[in-house]
Amino acid sequence: MNTVVLVKQVPDTWAERSLSSADKTLNREGVDAVINELDEYAVEEALRLKEAHGGTVTVLSMGPARVTETIRKVLSMGVDAGIHVTDDALHGSDAIQTARAIAAALGTVGWDLVLTGVESTDARMSVLPALLAELLGVAQLSRARAVTVDGQVVRIERSTDDGYQVVEATLPAVLSVVEKINEPRYPSFKGIMQAKSKPVTTLGVADLGLAAGEVGLAAAYSQVTEVDQRLDRQVGQVVKDEGDGGVKIADYLVARKLV
Amino acid sequence: MAEVLVLVEHARGAVKKVTLELLTAARSLGVPGAVVFGPPGTAAALADRLAEYGAVAVHAAEADDIDDYLVAPKVDVLAAMVTDRAPTALLVASTAESREVAARVAVRTGNGLITDAVGLDADRTATQSIFGGAVTVRSTVRTGTAVITMRPNSVDAVPAPAGVELHPVPVSLSDEARRSRIVERVEEARSSRPELAEASVVVSGGRGVGSAANFAVIEQLADALGAAVGASRAATDAGWYPHSAQVGQTGVTVSPQLYIAAGISGAIQHRAGMQTSKTIIAINKDPEAPIFEIADFGVVGDLFAVVPQLVEELARRAG
Ligand SMILES: Cc1cc2nc3c(=O)[nH]c(=O)nc-3n(C[C@H](O)[C@H](O)[C@H](O)COP(=O)(O)OP(=O)(O)OC[C@H]3O[C@@H](n4cnc5c(N)ncnc54)[C@H](O)[C@@H]3O)c2cc1C
Ligand SMILES: Nc1ncnc2c1ncn2[C@@H]1O[C@H](COP(=O)(O)O)[C@@H](O)[C@H]1O
Repeated sequence: MNTVVLVKQVPDTWAERSLSSADKTLNREGVDAVINELDEYAVEEALRLKEAHGGTVTVLSMGPARVTETIRKVLSMGVDAGIHVTDDALHGSDAIQTARAIAAALGTVGWDLVLTGVESTDARMSVLPALLAELLGVAQLSRARAVTVDGQVVRIERSTDDGYQVVEATLPAVLSVVEKINEPRYPSFKGIMQAKSKPVTTLGVADLGLAAGEVGLAAAYSQVTEVDQRLDRQVGQVVKDEGDGGVKIADYLVARKLV
Repeated sequence: MAEVLVLVEHARGAVKKVTLELLTAARSLGVPGAVVFGPPGTAAALADRLAEYGAVAVHAAEADDIDDYLVAPKVDVLAAMVTDRAPTALLVASTAESREVAARVAVRTGNGLITDAVGLDADRTATQSIFGGAVTVRSTVRTGTAVITMRPNSVDAVPAPAGVELHPVPVSLSDEARRSRIVERVEEARSSRPELAEASVVVSGGRGVGSAANFAVIEQLADALGAAVGASRAATDAGWYPHSAQVGQTGVTVSPQLYIAAGISGAIQHRAGMQTSKTIIAINKDPEAPIFEIADFGVVGDLFAVVPQLVEELARRAG
């Protein structure tokens, strides 16, 4: 079974994140870029499935030049090869355009399963797996907290708001995983050394068979028109409990008409 | 006037609150039409409630096995309706399944998608709160139909009774729509309290609560306020409270009028799921806990002293 695992490089969640004043896209300058932590679970699951069923695992990431750091990190965890989708024309692409570009990149390799994280911690859309299943015309198995593969049949426990559903499909499929599924491994020293010589293919818009005018900010289906970076939250009041903490909260709730 | 389609969320024979909010928002854009999925008879039972909030048409997409497959059957029906009727917008709740439905409808019909709107203007401009509430953006789509998912509790549901008509929508499940089959549904926990994502008040407990039995303290406060109970991941991972109660990046996103966090430090992943709450109250014995940075009102103290006193005080004042 051949798997492609999708990872995104995102600004560190602890950093102050902002949108650029020039074109209202994500500000990547001066912010630590890290692997979307929720994608590490997808990488781990891909490696476990390979250990159980054989085949290869390829990491695919779309984003600017520095995304190679994230790809190397994933290779050092034990993934076999990398694909980096990168092109200045892709800058500012929205979720649908990103899905189109990734779907086109997936068309350049053979795969049975595409594995993704449940959401990116920056955009938080949680739609890319569904978009890819739609564009690729394959089964959607999203939000898995457990996965089993038996021949061509994949069965997941899909987490829902009040529990889970057991969902079954036949390969090929797009599968997203939630963080409850496993505990991601750390790269070993050997893994880090081996990662340096693993193949990484770079694909641009022309390699994907897309026209430059189809992707990127100017062609996006949706558009950010205004940005307000003021913190909407005033600094609150913090009091020490002097034996009347509960009463003080009750006072506050009454004063604000919250009870 | 332009038509606005609203995907109806319902459970156990009742329309969910978020749908009434969506119908209210839809009325500022045009004439709301509600789309109901379920086995035959589902829509008729919900029609009066939907009409109360301004739905002029209820589209009944009914089939015995429509709920047996993930996402794709709903996409087939809604995409066909969007193509045929060219509504100015399709509004769905920002729940896990509906946002996936919305995304696929958008890409199949060539329309733009906005997720997690917390506000919506008459000209289809959506307001979104991003980066854990640190930045507010306004977005529009450039296409004929705007596909928009809205966060529960973003608008107040206001009734506006309309005369409603029931329209059957033909449903035929293609092989493609049957690719992902739901073979079993497991409900892990259900309580008589309000649903977490929709509740106007949420009381959450974290590692500081210390045990499953101690969550009774959190539940007592929740019941005094008519609130839902939430938990941090530390508390759900420890098995003290069901996973479905987890608030945060990988749990439920809540945006209530009032959020009370007791014994929760306020890790970034927790904040991601509650930071847009209108009022935040924190109780924590550590004055350095990051939760205080976003609290409107905080008490540094032992939750086992503060919370019971608050419950007593609320009861006393209620008289
Ligand atoms: C991929 C990933 C996803 C995650 N997703 C989520 C998520 O969705 N939701 C989530 O919540 N977390 C999530 N986490 C975990 C998160 O990082 C924190 O570990 C977690 O939120 C901590 O929970 P806590 O605040 O209850 O525990 P702690 O951080 O241990 O804090 C407990 C707090 O209780 C206080 N306390 C102790 N006793 C008392 C007392 N008697 N009275 C008052 N205060 C007391 C302490 O001072 C402390 O501040 C995620 C982590 C990862 C890596
Ligand atoms: N630019 C990207 N490159 C590779 N994978 C991505 C990219 N954006 C999103 N993904 C994948 O899609 C998942 C969901 O992302 P999102 O829909 O943006 O929340 C992530 O967890 C990643 O696995």
